[in-house]
Formats: sequence, structure tokens, C-alpha cells
Amino acid sequence: MSLLFQDFASWEKHYQETGEPLYQPVLQYEIEQKDRTEAYIWENIARAYDVMREAVKTGLTQNMTSRSGMVNNGAKKVAATPITVLSPDFKLLIARTLGAKEVNSCMGRVVAAPTAGASGILPGILTTLQDIHQLDDRKIHEALLVAAGIALIIEENASLAGAVGGCQAETGSAAAMGAGAIVYCLGGTVPQAFNAVAITIQCMLGLVCDPVAGLVEVPCIVRNASAAAIAFSSAQIAIAGVDPVIPVDQCVMALGEVGQSMETRYKETALGGLANTPTGRAIEKQVLVQDIEILPDTPSE
Amino acid sequence: MAEKSSIFDMIGPVMIGPSSSHTAGVVRIARAAIRVLGCQPETAEITFYNSFARTYEGHGSDRAVIAGLLDFKTDDIRIKESFRYAAEAGLQYSFKSVGNASAMHPNTLKLNLSGPNGQVEVVGQSRGGGVIRIVEVDGFPSDFSANLHTLMIEADDVKGSIAFIADVIAHDDCNIATMTVSRRGKNQLARQFIEMDTALKPLTLEYIRHLSWIKNITYIPNIE
Repeated sequence: MSLLFQDFASWEKHYQETGEPLYQPVLQYEIEQKDRTEAYIWENIARAYDVMREAVKTGLTQNMTSRSGMVNNGAKKVAATPITVLSPDFKLLIARTLGAKEVNSCMGRVVAAPTAGASGILPGILTTLQDIHQLDDRKIHEALLVAAGIALIIEENASLAGAVGGCQAETGSAAAMGAGAIVYCLGGTVPQAFNAVAITIQCMLGLVCDPVAGLVEVPCIVRNASAAAIAFSSAQIAIAGVDPVIPVDQCVMALGEVGQSMETRYKETALGGLANTPTGRAIEKQVLVQDIEILPDTPSE
Repeated sequence: MAEKSSIFDMIGPVMIGPSSSHTAGVVRIARAAIRVLGCQPETAEITFYNSFARTYEGHGSDRAVIAGLLDFKTDDIRIKESFRYAAEAGLQYSFKSVGNASAMHPNTLKLNLSGPNGQVEVVGQSRGGGVIRIVEVDGFPSDFSANLHTLMIEADDVKGSIAFIADVIAHDDCNIATMTVSRRGKNQLARQFIEMDTALKPLTLEYIRHLSWIKNITYIPNIE
């Protein structure tokens, strides 16, 4: 029987009992639950990482403007600026994350990880991590499996969809997946990897989904960048052995609870937050289709 | 108990942005619709409802639907330039928006297609994550996802026809996942939409096609 990824406690227990690397039960899960072969899984994880790498490259080299005009080559501007606010690596992390997410907004090819709205985060994190630490592709592929296991648990106990749990469910989950992947790649312990997930959720909790004009552009793109930064800060804290105090499974429960109690206006409906500002409304008027037939209200049966 | 997710729902799908429901799902609805039509369409009238009505341009759903009509897959980078490919293929199309259609799912699309084989009207819903349901064909209610194999049957409303078809399918070792049956009226034209876990043999399809009370069948293998 494969591990079903219902909580982090059982994943950790499985590790203690078997000593298997963290990605092994994720492989086993897919083989048993979805009738996949191991070769198929590695091949498609490798393809996913190739698409992520390609998205980063596309976002940093090609013209990235969206039909609404809200996306205008932000990643390339960050990459090109001579001003480095923290370090060259940090600047690259931000540029790469923005780049991959801009590709999504501009109808390019991405990996929804876990969703299209959060599709810049893992590419930015993993390509930067690989670059800095000279990791081989196999290590990154293993880390993607670990990230998938993290997402399975969050999906089971909270949500991965902005329409259900707000932005915390999308970019928060992607950042948590990234933080766990970072600690895994750098040889941290299993509790440290899961603590990185816990700390990331603590940082992302409460974030609402309030896209201007309902488009996956503002603030989604800049939030991908901040989520990537939070994944690194959380991994740094966790790998040093700092205790998150609230255990990871309880952080996931809190994520679910906050998502459930969030008002509908903050769940991808473009009714609240930034979408409801005067500028947000003005942009909405410009980009929305105006030639529309509105049916009369029908009394409910 | 809900079906367990795949790790490739967590790290995936690989898709063209920006949105799995407004882009990837729309491509899949259109790909299902051309299979219902049974040929490459020459003209297409596309109606976007409710949530789609105002945002279809911003989300690129218009390019996505045209790409699907050209049978491009959800990860095909040509989706962004689909209007150009449609012009090359000679596909004529028009868009319409309808809001406040309260009886319909928030993300609904209607396609009126015509081609050398005839014409068809297909209504589809995009339910998030690229998952779709085709809920109406030519005014007959349907309910299939195009994730599995679908058999669409147009037949006389005769006694025992449902049991007979189910039996034939069972003898081909196919398991029926969902089935939707309706008719215009008593003893009038009826439609069956049958979703199966595995593919039907060509011989089984030919047998069904040649039954005297069968008017027409369309077989739609699963769409990626």
C-alpha cells in the first residue's frame, strides 16, 4: 500500500520507518494510484522541468506584453537594471520568477505548478537554486516529486485554487512546495524540509485573490516574485534548525480555515481588494468586452 | 470519496497560459466539438456566456477556441497566433457575448459549427484545471468529459435499445462510466451519449452502425 499523502506526520513516519528518500513514496503513490510506470514519471517530470526552464528563458528574452497592457516586460527590466538591492542572485531570482509568470500571462507555455496563476514560482526558485549550488537535473527532478507530495497534502486538507481559498492557496502553496524543495536539495533533514513548508504557510496566510479585471496579471505576477523570496527566507530559517512552533499539519489546517472563511469577493471574483480600487475599475472598463447581450433576470423555479 | 489527484495535477498540466479554465479548458471544448461535427469546420459562431462573456479577450479564450477548432492541443504554442492559422485554413468565425444566463454554468461556451459533413451545436462548460463537460449537443442534453471514450448514438426511440447497446458494449469488455439518454418525444428521435473507460473495437462500432434502428453514430476517443 502506498502512502496516500493525507498529512505530513504520516510522510515523516514513513521516512523514519523505511529510511527512503522523500521522493520515493511520491513515486510509489503515482505508480499505485494512477497505474503509471516509473519510467513514465521520470520522463514527464523531466519534461515539466524543461518547460519551466524554457519559460524562464522566454520571459527574459522575448517580448512580454499582454493584450490588456498591464504586462510590459517587467522581468527584462529587473534583469537589466544596474541597481542591485540585495545581491545579484536575488535579482536573478526575482527576474526569473517574473519572467516565467509573464510567459503565462502572455499566452506562452508553462507548467501549472500547482496552478497557472502560480506558474512562475517553482521555475524561478529551482533554476536559481540549481545555478547557485550547481545541482544536477536529477536532484531537481527529485525535488519536484517532493513538491508534488507537499501539494497533494495541501489539496487534501485545504485547497490549491484561488477561487476556493484565495491567493494563499495558489501562490502560498507554490511557495511552500518550493521551500520544501530547497531544503531537500540542500540536504536538510526531513523535519527541516517540513518546517520550511510550515514557515512558508505562516508567511503567506490570509493573502486574498483580487485580480484586476479578473485577469491573471495584476497582482499575480509580482506576488509570484514575493512568494519565491518567501520560499527562500523560510528555507533559510528552517535549515538552520529554527522551530516553527506550530507544526506543519496544523499550519495546513489554518490555511484551510482561513480560506473557508474568506469572503467571496476575495476569491478570484474581481469584486474586492485591488480589483475594486478606482484604477482597477478603470482598467476593467477598458479591457472588458463591452459588446454584450445581457439576458433579463429569470425568476428562480 | 473523491478520486485521488495525480502528481501531474500538482506539477502540471503543461499548458498555454494564462488560465486553465479560460484557456486550456476552452481549447478542449472546441476539440471535442469538432469531433462531434466529424470534420474540420468551415464556419464557426462562438457564444461566450456569463464569466466568459466579458473576459474572453483578456484571457485569450477567443484565440483558445479557434486553436481548438484547428485541433491544436492545450500546450501548443501556436494558440497565441491561432487567428493567423485560421485565416490560412479558411475558417470563418464570429464571436458573441451573452451575460446573465442564469441557467448556465459560469464558464459556458456555445459553438455552432458547419462543415462538409453538416452542422452541429455544442454547449460546453469549463470547470477549472482544464476539466470540461459537454452538456448539450443539438439541443439534446449530454454529459461527457472527453477524458474517456465517448459514443454518441442517434436512433429511433425503440424498446430495449438502451439495454441492447449496453450489452454490446459489455461484450467488447468496455465498462460504461456515464450514460445520458433523451428523446425529442415518444417514438421520436433519441440520443444516447455513452462514456467508456476503454476504447471500443472498430468492429463493434461497425456492428452498431449497421443496426436498422440506428440513424447515426459518432465515436470520440479521449482528448488529451
